[in-house]
Amino acid sequence: MNTVAAISPKHAAGQRRRERLFRGATLGAALLVLALLGGVTLSLLIGAWPALAHFKLSFITREIWNPVTDQYGALAPIYGTLVTSFLAMLLAVPVSFGIAIFLTELAPGWLKRPVGVAIELLAAVPSIIYGIWGLFVLAPVLQRHVQPWLIDVLGPLPLIGKFFQGPPFGIGILTAAFVLAIMVIPFVSAVMRDVFETVPDVLKESGYGLGATTWEVIWQVVVPYARTGMIGGVMLGLGRALGETMAVTFVIGNAHRIGTSLLAPGTTISASIANEFAEAVGDLYTSSLVALGALLFLITFVVIAAARLMLMRLERRALGSA
Amino acid sequence: MNKTPDNNPSRPSLPPPAADAAEAAMEEALGAHGSAADRGARLLKPSGRRGGIPAEPHSPLALDSPPIAHPVFHCKDVNMFYGAKQALKNITLDVAPRQVLAMIGPSGCGKSTFLRCLNRMNDTIPNTRTTGTITLDGQDIFAPEVDVAQLRARIGMVFQKPNPFPKSIFENVAYGPRIHGMTRSRAELDEIVCSSLTRAGLWDEVKDRLNAPGTGLSGGQQQRLCIARTIAVQPEVILMDEPCSALDPVATARVEDLIDELRAQYAIVIVTHSMQQAARVSQRTAYFHLGELIEIGETDRIFTNPRHRLTEDYITGRFG
Ligand SMILES: Nc1ncnc2c1ncn2[C@@H]1O[C@H](COP(=O)(O)OP(=O)(O)O)[C@@H](O)[C@H]1O
Ligand SMILES: [Mg+2]
Repeated sequence: MNTVAAISPKHAAGQRRRERLFRGATLGAALLVLALLGGVTLSLLIGAWPALAHFKLSFITREIWNPVTDQYGALAPIYGTLVTSFLAMLLAVPVSFGIAIFLTELAPGWLKRPVGVAIELLAAVPSIIYGIWGLFVLAPVLQRHVQPWLIDVLGPLPLIGKFFQGPPFGIGILTAAFVLAIMVIPFVSAVMRDVFETVPDVLKESGYGLGATTWEVIWQVVVPYARTGMIGGVMLGLGRALGETMAVTFVIGNAHRIGTSLLAPGTTISASIANEFAEAVGDLYTSSLVALGALLFLITFVVIAAARLMLMRLERRALGSA
Repeated sequence: MNKTPDNNPSRPSLPPPAADAAEAAMEEALGAHGSAADRGARLLKPSGRRGGIPAEPHSPLALDSPPIAHPVFHCKDVNMFYGAKQALKNITLDVAPRQVLAMIGPSGCGKSTFLRCLNRMNDTIPNTRTTGTITLDGQDIFAPEVDVAQLRARIGMVFQKPNPFPKSIFENVAYGPRIHGMTRSRAELDEIVCSSLTRAGLWDEVKDRLNAPGTGLSGGQQQRLCIARTIAVQPEVILMDEPCSALDPVATARVEDLIDELRAQYAIVIVTHSMQQAARVSQRTAYFHLGELIEIGETDRIFTNPRHRLTEDYITGRFG
């Protein structure tokens, strides 16, 4: 029997139609994402416009935030966002690095999976849980045990002393940074673990073959090879920390001012928006909050884009050497 | 890594040698000069376990002649397991100083695995187990007091795919001397890097760009860089696992010439899938089959007059 003759032209036409339909549907879904991104950007800009037009550049250079006099400056939330995220990364990166190295290079086989799964589960805990825990468990502990120690020991020091002065509130910039650090650790360590796993075995074996110890192979072979990817992972974590809302809102104290001390209450962009949007009256107030959102969008976009770029470069190199 | 004491299955009928005579007895057993009873016992025992491989009137030991007086590596009854899967079965062979030993055999027969036993590289793979004895210059490499890093520093290794570190050409070669604190000054380090690159035949090609990344070189240059990196540590032996399989014929010829020069100073064990290469570069050849050492002997003899049918089938191209 001739199989070619068995294909009916009608059936072939149906096949082609379904194929076109399918292509069209997937293309539509892809375009929808772009449209959404454009729509979000556009509505943010439109919403932020009154505030930006009114305050001009002073919107991002002034600390004042006064709904009574209708004066709004974003400096305090910007400062709070950047400082809490930076401190959080300072605490989270070394720990995440240790976890990732342990999981890829040192952990015995039977321990790798349980710890790996635990980390993924931690990453899935809703942020409001971290917020509640931070407020009711972490903050009192910090207030009673950690902050008094910081004030006594680091407070009198020159240069860094001024960051650790004032009363121990419990809540504040430092507490928010702690909570953020705990939240991004699972995330950053999971990315770093994946990055370390891209290091070819044979490269590590070359190190071992020259008589290097595990320590030397990790520092001189694994880390240099994975550097770009590690930075990418850190940036992704930073992107998360910058935008985190609920947990921070619980523990940061929500004060629109820039205190030198890290123990003082402050605010972040997302915490301000979450706190004030419901009670915002007046167009300028609302518009200022939207403008805060647009700023956050810009900051996280830049961070995430940089991270993606670095990860992409790593992937290209991994492909190139394969 | 687990290691069971040498249980010595292949010489059950020998009278138990006095401790100090053990080495001499072993050496004798390695040659063709063992007693008839000795040879007979060896024949009977292992052949019963060798599923699939027909018994032949020779064991690998008896085929190895003449005996090697001061072997660099002395391996006896080496068994190696990946989990439950046995990859090497009772491998017994010696590696002679200042000679190239080629290991040939169908792919998957355990050549790489055996090579990696010699510098305990298999330790880095989880769930592996090696039994038997391997000595380097008479010292048991599995002894608990052995520092694996120091052991590996005495044994160079060159891999199938050229794999320079993501560092500069200079730093690639300087890496080993640095981690072992072999130099006291920058001038000494420069000297080691220069001489290693020169001996690897790469100096003239890279001397103007020592700070360029090693990964930017051509494949053949990268492989010679890896060889330079290896000899910079001044090892006693160099293990090579199909070092030319990723290289073009010109680069291959250069590396083969290099191997021939290095032989003046080092013992070299090379795994190769090319019988022509084995014939060109080696003085002795070992033929592996399904995790067993079938035959070992002078390269000329193996290729002109193989004694085992499996060896003959392989070198005449009937399988592989
Ligand atoms: N890491 C590993 N885990 C499990 N089995 C392995 C591993 N490496 C090699 N093997 C097995 O061991 C046997 C010998 O492999 P190998 O030594 O690489 O052979 P060759 O180098 O002669 O081609 C093969 O059957 C292979 O599948
Ligand atoms: Mg192999």
